[in-house]
Amino acid sequence: MRHLMSPLDFSVEELDRLLDLANDIEANPEKYAHACSGRKLATLFYEPSTRTRLSFEAAMLNLGGSVLGFSSADSSSAAKGESVSDTIRVISCYADICAMRHPKEGAPLVASTKSRIPVINAGDGGHQHPTQTLTDLLTIRSLKGRLGKFTIGLCGDLKFGRTVHSLIQALIRYPDVNFILISPEELRIPDNIREDVLRRNHQNFKEVVRLEDALPDLDLLYMTRVQKERFFNEEDYVRMKDFYILDREKMKLAGPDMIVLHPLPRVNEISVDIDDDPRAAYFKQVQYGVYVRMALILTLLEVKVC
Amino acid sequence: MLNVGQLNEGVVLDHIEAGKSMSIYKYLKLDQMDCCVAIIKNAHSNKMGKKDIIKVECPIDELDLNVLGFIDHRITVNIIQNGAIVAKKDLKLPKKLINIIHCKNPRCITSIEQELDQIFFLADEERETYRCMYCEEKYRSSRKKN
Ligand SMILES: [Zn+2]
Repeated sequence: MRHLMSPLDFSVEELDRLLDLANDIEANPEKYAHACSGRKLATLFYEPSTRTRLSFEAAMLNLGGSVLGFSSADSSSAAKGESVSDTIRVISCYADICAMRHPKEGAPLVASTKSRIPVINAGDGGHQHPTQTLTDLLTIRSLKGRLGKFTIGLCGDLKFGRTVHSLIQALIRYPDVNFILISPEELRIPDNIREDVLRRNHQNFKEVVRLEDALPDLDLLYMTRVQKERFFNEEDYVRMKDFYILDREKMKLAGPDMIVLHPLPRVNEISVDIDDDPRAAYFKQVQYGVYVRMALILTLLEVKVC
Repeated sequence: MLNVGQLNEGVVLDHIEAGKSMSIYKYLKLDQMDCCVAIIKNAHSNKMGKKDIIKVECPIDELDLNVLGFIDHRITVNIIQNGAIVAKKDLKLPKKLINIIHCKNPRCITSIEQELDQIFFLADEERETYRCMYCEEKYRSSRKKN
């Protein structure tokens, strides 16, 4: 039995198979409509994340399965002090697979060691959020036709942005990826990513402050939002949150094939003016998130669809 | 030459950095063992100036000596049988540390579920970096480079 804790749990070949399956689901959804009939997904959300939870639930429903679970710690037995280990032992009796979101880092790993069903890490604190990374990879591969041989700009909060760190770690496994790291001085990529991941693996990367300087060179632009809870004072947050605003003017600097991604929800960093621009791919990304979760559920449950 | 005359079976840990013997006593969980232990503090050493020495009389396999590699790999470990040194053990960085060090990350699951084992794995041998198995927070070993 397999779990998913980190996007790097899958080898490049396994990931290729998973993404192929996701693309087949996209092309032939009816073929998979009953693949998980009679099976149940438990969504164990110890902190609210409606978007991620609904994506998992939609994925299981699309496969003909059903869902159960809780959406915050106070509506669960955790509020009564039950350990993660006990909860997963109980849930193993109710469901066939589970997705766990937890504010504490490593909680899904603890669950996986005691579980009789596959556990998917649906986000643990600032640590990992592997299905977001799988979503990003599927979106990039589907829209660009390949993983690797491109220049990607990562823009916004690169210091605390967990999705950015995971994406970098996933992309360095592919050939010829150039990274342009675009952030204000205060939110630069942390040393461990710069030194241990990028430099050590001899990746091409540069760090810039102005988005305008990077845009003409990009095949992909990955925008992130600045999260309020990362700041101690309102003033710093307000200054940082409007540091980058991608609008029509700036999009004129980008090439015709550049695509814009964002893990959503957005705040101010992408103007609604560009939502209709064909290069804006962040809502397609949401759709790919459902396909990749469907592929993941099938893979972990070892369901074969002919 | 160290006098091991009093020991029949056990280990002599030599060249311990002066002052560190008590923490090693705790790491090896000698406080929980019912065996004869001698600690010598601030012994004269040509090499180190001052050093500590610990002598433990017990069956060898009752001690988890791997943890010494994590604490200080320069410690000399002499294995004693029948009153004589029969082997010297090379100290390596252990691959895993269980309940030796604690994760200090307040966002780690171990911060709220205290019954969990504290498990660290050797993430980077060259840089001697250990990471918490749960949250992957870094812990730097106190072992010094030559
Ligand atoms: Zn930890």
